[in-house]
Amino acid sequence: MQASSHIPHDVSYLEYKGKHNGLLSWILSTDHKRIGLLYMYSMMTLFLVGVVLGLAMKFELIAPGKTIMDAQDYNAVFTVHGVIMIFMIVVPGLPAVFGNFLLPIMIGAKDVAFPKLNLASWYVYIAGALLVIASLLFGDGSPDTGWTFYAPYSFKTGANMLPAIFGAFVLGFSSILTGLNFIVTIHRMRAPGMGWTKMPLFPWTLYGTAWIQLLATPVVGITLVLVALERIFGIGVFDPALGGDPILYQHLFWIYSHPAVYIMILPAMGAISEVIPTFSQKHVFGYKAIVASTMAIAFVGYFVWGHHMFTSGMSGTAQYTFSILTFLVAIPSAIKVFNWISTMYKGSINVQTPFYWAASFIFVFMIGGLSGLVLGALATDVYVHDTAFVVAHFHFIVFGGVGFAFFAAIHYWFPKMFGRMYDSLWANVGWIIFFIGFLALYSPMFYLGMQGMPRRYYDYLEQFHAANILSTLGSWVMTLGLVIIIINLFRSAKSGPIAGKNPWNGKTLEWTVPSPPPVENFETIPVYHEKDGPYEY
Amino acid sequence: MTNEKHHIVPYSTYAIILAALLLFTFLSVAITGIELGEFTVAGALLLATIKSYLVLTYFMHLKFDKAYIRIMVGFVFLVFLAVIIITFLDYYFR
Ligand SMILES: [Cu+2]
Repeated sequence: MQASSHIPHDVSYLEYKGKHNGLLSWILSTDHKRIGLLYMYSMMTLFLVGVVLGLAMKFELIAPGKTIMDAQDYNAVFTVHGVIMIFMIVVPGLPAVFGNFLLPIMIGAKDVAFPKLNLASWYVYIAGALLVIASLLFGDGSPDTGWTFYAPYSFKTGANMLPAIFGAFVLGFSSILTGLNFIVTIHRMRAPGMGWTKMPLFPWTLYGTAWIQLLATPVVGITLVLVALERIFGIGVFDPALGGDPILYQHLFWIYSHPAVYIMILPAMGAISEVIPTFSQKHVFGYKAIVASTMAIAFVGYFVWGHHMFTSGMSGTAQYTFSILTFLVAIPSAIKVFNWISTMYKGSINVQTPFYWAASFIFVFMIGGLSGLVLGALATDVYVHDTAFVVAHFHFIVFGGVGFAFFAAIHYWFPKMFGRMYDSLWANVGWIIFFIGFLALYSPMFYLGMQGMPRRYYDYLEQFHAANILSTLGSWVMTLGLVIIIINLFRSAKSGPIAGKNPWNGKTLEWTVPSPPPVENFETIPVYHEKDGPYEY
Repeated sequence: MTNEKHHIVPYSTYAIILAALLLFTFLSVAITGIELGEFTVAGALLLATIKSYLVLTYFMHLKFDKAYIRIMVGFVFLVFLAVIIITFLDYYFR
């Protein structure tokens, strides 16, 4: 499969002149590294759209009553914000960008198992994204159901649902293709001698993630098809008037969408598990425990979906079961946190930008995780269900988890990806501003939710005013941090000082190849011997 | 890729499997005519499981594949089964 070719080894993937030039050399490239960057640039563009929508919501909530938009516009804005952020950014995020770029290099391969399928998955992703965006611009009004497309409203609303639903369906295919590709790559293309217990932790989490992508995504696909059929033909699967069951929709949707949370968070944990040993200059603590907890999260994560439905009218038996299973899935997550902390213990910690991001990841992830226990317990969930508390919880997990890990990863692997180093002063300034803004934006929502402010309303009572002002100010501070981070990275990719092969003294395989890596990564495929391992400091 | 064995499956095997699949399709339509009450869904799923077992084993050549691939597919079936059982913890006790 890895026949030697005539591609020279001293030309980096950024400079290599293949059959095509300019833009074509990117959008027709089957090089996993270029595909990773294609994903990154498309996601960044969509992310900025999502951020603008988020800012618009926060601006609307700066004061009670109508500020800049009315109720219907607000419904559309939170729906599209959710659809973009979930289906286009955080679900594909780390696997499609860093997984594509780094998985083959970290396991000592020249590319993924199916490079053409890999490129095809990017096209499928773009097609899905365009469909969703089309639903905003054409037809009879933007989708207004929330990103969950709950029945029966999703087949009754007059808004433009079909393109959005179909778009989400198509985006799912991209995810499935990436998952399949990674499973085969990890099984078949590890370097000689790299047994399962010598594979670095980021590939391990990609492996767990890939299984979820492959098995759970078809469920949401077929569910969305059923909603479309319900809308077009009125087949009556979810419509109570026709003998259907709207709660069945919620089951089917969350059978995918809870595991999807682990599609998001597992690779994020994987990236953190790479950053922490490197910046502690120490062997990762409890390698096997981290691997086992990764697979346990992937597995148990399939069976907890009902915790999104405690107030939906589900049976008591199901409620208890889901609550217990939800508490169980918290255990492997906590194991990872203990492993990260223990890795730092007595390490020679090198405090650099990626380490700041990783440390703050642990902080916000803990808050997100512990507030999840409030929602996983039946009695307290009834109290805060569908309030701003839930919004705070999942932004701490999804944005605080995946977002912070993404920034940790980009600052960690940036010198490898572009061969240049960023300005670490500006990177750190960006981080602290972002971190403060993040806490100011989302922490007040815990308080607001406890006080009873419902989510998804464009208006609120005067008693919620002060905390909402703080939250809106936080959104501006966080965006300022974001702008600093992005400008710094863009400038540095062009003109930063040249970074060496291994600026952080990392021990995984990607640090053994030149920065930026050559087209086929390795001149000769590395061989792992008995004593070699990914974290031998 | 030279060391992998190739199995030649006779056409007659495929024909028998095809006939079996058609039979089960017919059965799963016919069974809806019988009043099974709460076992309707279980019956339909059972027939569908047998059909997918046949497709996976013969048409997709799992029978001739390495053990670990069969284990993977079996594991996926178990996950799927668990998901269905847990879903019915809601429906049967509602
Ligand atoms: Cu969940």
